[in-house]
Amino acid sequence: MKSFLIRRALMAVMVLLTISFISFIMLKVSGDLAISLAGENAGADYVEFLRKTYGWDRPLYIQYADWLWNALHGNLGASFYYGKQVMELVAERMPVTMKLGALATGLSITAAIPLGMAAGIRPGSFVDRAVLLIALLGGATPIFWTSFLLILMLGLNLRWLPITGGADLQHLLMPALALSFYAMPAIIRIVRSGMIDVMASDYIRTAKAKGLRPLEIYFRHALRNTLVPVVAVASVQFGFLLGGSVVVENIFAINGIGYLTWEAINQNDYPVVQASVLTVSTAYVVLTLFADIVNRAIDPRIRLE
Amino acid sequence: MSRLVSATLAFSLLTASALSATPAFAGKADDTLVAAFAAQLPSLDRFYAPGREGFLLGLLIYDTLIYRDTQTFELKPLLATDWKWLDEKTLELHLRKGVTFHNGDAFTAKDVAYSFTFAADPKNKVFDRITSSWVDKVEVIDDYTVRFHAGKVTPLALQYIVQVPMMPAAFRENVGLQAFSEQPVGTGPYKVTGKRGSDITFERFDNYFDGGPKTKPGIKTLVYRTIPDVNTQVAELARGGVDWAWYVPTDQAKRLEVMPTVKVVNSPTFRIGFLTLDAAGLALPGGPLTELKVRQAINHAIDRHAIAKTLIGESAETIRTACNPSQFGCEQNVKDYAYDPTKAKQLLSEAGRGDGFDIDIYAFRSRPVAEAIVGYLGAVGIRANLVWQQYSAVVQQRRDRKAALIIDDFGSSGIADAGAPTKFYFNGAPDDQSRDAEVDAALDKAGSTNDADIRKQAFSVAFKRIADQAYWAPLFTMPINYVMSAEMEGPVPKDENVEFWKYHWK
Repeated sequence: MKSFLIRRALMAVMVLLTISFISFIMLKVSGDLAISLAGENAGADYVEFLRKTYGWDRPLYIQYADWLWNALHGNLGASFYYGKQVMELVAERMPVTMKLGALATGLSITAAIPLGMAAGIRPGSFVDRAVLLIALLGGATPIFWTSFLLILMLGLNLRWLPITGGADLQHLLMPALALSFYAMPAIIRIVRSGMIDVMASDYIRTAKAKGLRPLEIYFRHALRNTLVPVVAVASVQFGFLLGGSVVVENIFAINGIGYLTWEAINQNDYPVVQASVLTVSTAYVVLTLFADIVNRAIDPRIRLE
Repeated sequence: MSRLVSATLAFSLLTASALSATPAFAGKADDTLVAAFAAQLPSLDRFYAPGREGFLLGLLIYDTLIYRDTQTFELKPLLATDWKWLDEKTLELHLRKGVTFHNGDAFTAKDVAYSFTFAADPKNKVFDRITSSWVDKVEVIDDYTVRFHAGKVTPLALQYIVQVPMMPAAFRENVGLQAFSEQPVGTGPYKVTGKRGSDITFERFDNYFDGGPKTKPGIKTLVYRTIPDVNTQVAELARGGVDWAWYVPTDQAKRLEVMPTVKVVNSPTFRIGFLTLDAAGLALPGGPLTELKVRQAINHAIDRHAIAKTLIGESAETIRTACNPSQFGCEQNVKDYAYDPTKAKQLLSEAGRGDGFDIDIYAFRSRPVAEAIVGYLGAVGIRANLVWQQYSAVVQQRRDRKAALIIDDFGSSGIADAGAPTKFYFNGAPDDQSRDAEVDAALDKAGSTNDADIRKQAFSVAFKRIADQAYWAPLFTMPINYVMSAEMEGPVPKDENVEFWKYHWK
């Protein structure tokens, strides 16, 4: 276990370094921050002044090395656009994104478990095919399309939920529904295949032979064993949703880290982009590690290579 | 089982009551105007708030020394009661007495000196520094008299003064920039009272001074709401969740027009669309754009009127000069290039380019407009390859002499003077792709005197030459759509300077 953790920690560091380098370079070559900062009416001399002041006239690899050196000393710098320390901005915006991610994960689990069970109990049946179709649609439908459909139905036509203007449960429900529809398929499939395996096992046959009612068999005996891998999958999905919140936060005007990142990309505000990318990547790495450990704990046959 | 059913029912009722949507702001009933904007305000300190949103912030919570009428562009006294030029580089202004900042501090000459000196210092890296960098020194004569000493003759000085907000010197120095950016203080008709997520709340400043062109607001509370996606803005306008939005695309505005709860107004701005052509051969030495007939062919090839009316807005007008017709000095009596693809082909043949040519065309603003232009050029044989990049990347390509043909636009940062675009695109500036000595000399003349008649004449020479030589392909003005609640009334500006304090409920 110790060597597994050390190996995973080293891999995580490599992943974070690679991601930070790629996002830094991509942002730098896609636009000129000096021109964005100086404004439309600024003279070229002032643009040059900004470039020199911030060291943006140096080679890209030197700029990256500079940023990395500061980052390793815990200084991720200040936003050129907001004028605040980037970690302060990230700390401000992260809670609402976490809330949204948690709500979406909760909703996806709540819907996916009964659907997966219904499909797994009778594989090949009409119910099974209908559930697999829902899973297919969930994975194939772009989040922005689902979001606009929800706005149209629930926000505009039925007026059941507000569209923008806050970060409480009311305001987060629609975006969470959109995200959960996208996150559901993976959980449906794992519950479904878990149920199929469990329903074929000896102890379920014994329970049936003892005359237990079907609902008791499904919920008290079969579901317990099916649920454990769901925890691992759901934690990975949560990490994925943190990164996928960019679209949803833009559409529903949620002031989270997704919107912060999108705005920073538009402004070429690379310290913020770097911090956001690192934060979400770190969360994702930690969550996948957690998922691996849980899987190992469930099934000792899984060797942690 | 019955326990399960009743638990489910109770849970559903509880959830339904908790989640039932109540409007956060009820518009007229709450005396609150909710305005939607696509961009956040990164700071509430006007010096660090960029873009059009920054301009609006400047109008709401700050005042400037001079005010510009948003319909006639006439300059009027605001925090300054009168001004005069003592010589070509010295401007004296008398200040209004009895004006207070939101925190009760009195507005005096030291605040003027502080504001301009701070903004002019490049170390402070304020946005739009050009509006104060012309000032060499601000001399405080007494508490209500200041003199500006310009580094050189600056005919745009008064236009620049219209944009510089007056800051409370003592308070700002005391609290520091970080705190000021979150809880700013100005003399303006609204003051900031709260922030929730990306919503910023402004409330009427009850001690706003009388006697100036800006008045105490008719609507008590204003909420600045950031809604990045335009479709969501439209949904909220249709639902009544927001009362006002701008920059609504034409197709969406047309849909909203039929709704009785909102009204749509298409209003001009200073922004103009145009092509810049590398006549001097900086990016393509000896290339096709160095030939006059090719540049004239490009001008004849594009149906600007059709693009303007179809893709821009009903009040978009075609332009023939390298400036906005409402700007001072924007000469209109210049050579006009009517849409004539036959003539365009003929000119290309005369230039020895009868088979057309290939060229990269850069764009960043509107994809449909760019594709329309590529289509028109293609119809006369100019095979333009569309290169789509961010604004700052395109500008840098031109300055690095890599982009010869660009679909560009310029808003002049709201300056109502033809000196604004020409300063940027001609006269040896890094974005000048014409490098014409005759144009430069005329613009030098227009830029070195405050005499309006001399300037007008000089601009006329410059713009006539620019049109004769087809250094640009001027396209159209770029008005925008404002959409607002039908329960509200208020003027729509011609320069994007929305005066929310003039809005009131019907």
